[in-house]
Amino acid sequence: MSIKAPTLPPMDTLGFLRYTWRQLTSMKTALILLFLLAVASVPGSIFPQRGNNPLRVNEWIAQSPTFGPIFNAMGFFDVYSSPWFAAVYLLLFISLIGCVLPRTKVHWRAMLAPPPPVPRNLLRFPESMEFEVDAPTGAVLARANAHLSSRRWRLVLTEKSIAAEKGFLRETGNLVFHFSLILILVGVAVGGLFGWKGNVIVREGQGFANTLTQYDAWGGGRFTGAARLSPFSFTLDEFNVDFERGAAQRGSPSLFEADVTYRRSPGTVAESTRIEVNSPLAIDGAKVFLVGHGYAPKIVVRDASGSIVFDDSVVFLPQDGNFTSTGVVKIPDSDPQLGFQGIFVPTAASNNLRGPISIFPGPDDPAVFLSAWRGDMGLDAGAPQSVYRLDTAAMEQLGIDALSPGQTWVLPDGSGAIELTGFERWASFQIAFDPGKEIALLGAILAMTGLMLSLFIRRRRVWITVAATAGGGTVVQMAGLARIESADLPGELQLIREAVSDLAGIPSATTAPDVKEWM
Amino acid sequence: MNATQLAGASNAAVYASMVILTLAMVLFAISFAAGRRRTGIVQTQVPISASIGSTALLTRPALDAPTEDEAGRKSANIGMSLTWLGFVVLLVGVVLRGVWAGRVPWGNMYEFSISTAVGILGAFLIVSLRRDVRWLGLFIVIPTLLTLGLAVTVLYTEAAQLVPALKSYWLVIHVAAAIICAGAFTLAAATAGLSLVQGRAERRGKAAMAKVPSAEKLRTFTYRVLAFAFPLWTFAVVAGAIWAENAWGRYWGWDPKETWAFITWVIYAAYLHARSTIGWRGDRASWVAIAGWAAFLINYFGVNIFVNSLHGYSGV
Repeated sequence: MSIKAPTLPPMDTLGFLRYTWRQLTSMKTALILLFLLAVASVPGSIFPQRGNNPLRVNEWIAQSPTFGPIFNAMGFFDVYSSPWFAAVYLLLFISLIGCVLPRTKVHWRAMLAPPPPVPRNLLRFPESMEFEVDAPTGAVLARANAHLSSRRWRLVLTEKSIAAEKGFLRETGNLVFHFSLILILVGVAVGGLFGWKGNVIVREGQGFANTLTQYDAWGGGRFTGAARLSPFSFTLDEFNVDFERGAAQRGSPSLFEADVTYRRSPGTVAESTRIEVNSPLAIDGAKVFLVGHGYAPKIVVRDASGSIVFDDSVVFLPQDGNFTSTGVVKIPDSDPQLGFQGIFVPTAASNNLRGPISIFPGPDDPAVFLSAWRGDMGLDAGAPQSVYRLDTAAMEQLGIDALSPGQTWVLPDGSGAIELTGFERWASFQIAFDPGKEIALLGAILAMTGLMLSLFIRRRRVWITVAATAGGGTVVQMAGLARIESADLPGELQLIREAVSDLAGIPSATTAPDVKEWM
Repeated sequence: MNATQLAGASNAAVYASMVILTLAMVLFAISFAAGRRRTGIVQTQVPISASIGSTALLTRPALDAPTEDEAGRKSANIGMSLTWLGFVVLLVGVVLRGVWAGRVPWGNMYEFSISTAVGILGAFLIVSLRRDVRWLGLFIVIPTLLTLGLAVTVLYTEAAQLVPALKSYWLVIHVAAAIICAGAFTLAAATAGLSLVQGRAERRGKAAMAKVPSAEKLRTFTYRVLAFAFPLWTFAVVAGAIWAENAWGRYWGWDPKETWAFITWVIYAAYLHARSTIGWRGDRASWVAIAGWAAFLINYFGVNIFVNSLHGYSGV
């Protein structure tokens, strides 16, 4: 490609803007922006993302004091909400609009305009033919006209010729595809601005009501008010889970279902249903998804006098695929305060060399490993504390022990006793409301439709002229033209020829031999 | 047949197809080499033209090319037959695997890989019904064998129940589309790569690969395959998004698998744009097609094995 020095536009503001606009909406810019978008997406698959896994982001930053904060400042842990990612896709969409709008105008005009007039010398086209039909010119043209019209060609019929055109859906599809991408973006934006989603852990037998305070984590868009939460509630009656026990994929879950009773609003009739991984519960536009599960050991704590100061199940969070789970028991009301850090294993390893670790996710040999602490757990400072973490800064360790269900550990120094009475299961639910997802789906369906039209429809033109012979017959000349080579022009011309030849009862011309060509 | 016999039969079929495809590869290679040698000689031969009236006749180069060409064609034909045989045997292996597991055989990476091998061969063989693509055989059988080799050595797992997340009819829809795309993307990458080599040879005026069509025809072929595969890939991604909404509560969450599916989509979108951009239609577009295939491979192998993703069903 030869490169000439570009003729610079006059450097007034308008000229500069026009120049910038033209550059931005050129195909080459779109191409470069597409590559940029692909490259900009990559870091999000390499670095942990806050939206998916905030804990791992914090770990990453803590483990790498040099690069952690730098990458954090560069937005590598929030790639898809970072300004530079937004810059790329917004520029791409501006470029898209700037390209598609003028094309829509051109296409609209082209659809209103008649097909281009018949060129003078049809036989100079690569795809052309000439033949005679033993019928008057008028009849031949009428037949060709009928044939083309029935096949939905747009055409202009004159006394001696036909100009026909077909395949406008190609460009229509192309434009629909690009506009649909904007619709998808709108759907995503609506979901982000008006939607919300929250996570909650519910133990068996416990309930949940859809209010902000009940959520463990909740995030809403800019225009989501807490008032918009629909007032449903549900109780987790039973959670069933089973794991693969054969040699193949041992430990993979094979069953995963939550039986719940729910009410659409307080006072309405309770209904029972089962929530599974691929079948969420839909209530008032919100959907309740089953996303995880775990164990909640049932623990009883007695103080020095032997009276019960704690009797409940405690949610432990799984740390690995075999559900080695960690959790904390806090007894703030005893004096001094008691706290326990625990590791629950559903199936304890036969040797304890590697520390407490589970070797199977099912509860074949459950045990809890406890570390007991006594002192001030720092609750009075007023700072909010995680229920999964024990602040042992002002506490003294009493010792460690392991318990199977039914066993009791009598703490040293007469501090009391702790008993593992059994375990319950808990399920974690994600509850989401996304008012934009239907818009995005509509956009996706339109985009696919448009895409297929734009790739599979072929735009093509055909011209036909007729001239009367001395014997009352007709000499027909035809030519076809297409922008892309895959348009089957010889086939189209042959069909017209067969249609008009049929008129005179002349057997249709010899068909082309069925040569297996490479393309 | 009991489960053990079914498992044995499925594995035996996969291994048998690998043997058959290896033979096919050797024969395609012989045919390819024969074509190369012949052109080498033609280039040294000066054609003698004789003028009779206004008609110029080119005399046929006097050399033993016809026999060599004959041998090349024969081995290519046997290679095609063996590819069909390998395809059928492999298909039997995949079906038996499904019968053994009592579900669609797409539950882990081993099963997905042998299905993808069927997809690659299927895409090639379907095209071969309409076009003479014997020249492409070598470049299709090699990636197929690599996929199968990786499947039986690294990725092999016994059949197990589907994890609950995969128990959905979307598995059939979403994965079937992805498998067909895997075949088409591989096909397109092969022809795009060939077009680069062929184009370079044409520009230098050196002996081009005789059995292989011209660079321009290869590019057109690549475009057609990708024009078919791109809407299908779009569908696979959209189907995946609908499924994700149903299973995880969001249709798009930038999980690494989703991210790389998106990157693959964007690169192939760039390819289609490159095809209609001046200065990009030729080799550059071919490179973009190869880059798209690379992104697909990263998504397939890289994300499943190295990255912590929600799509961690590999069973490896």
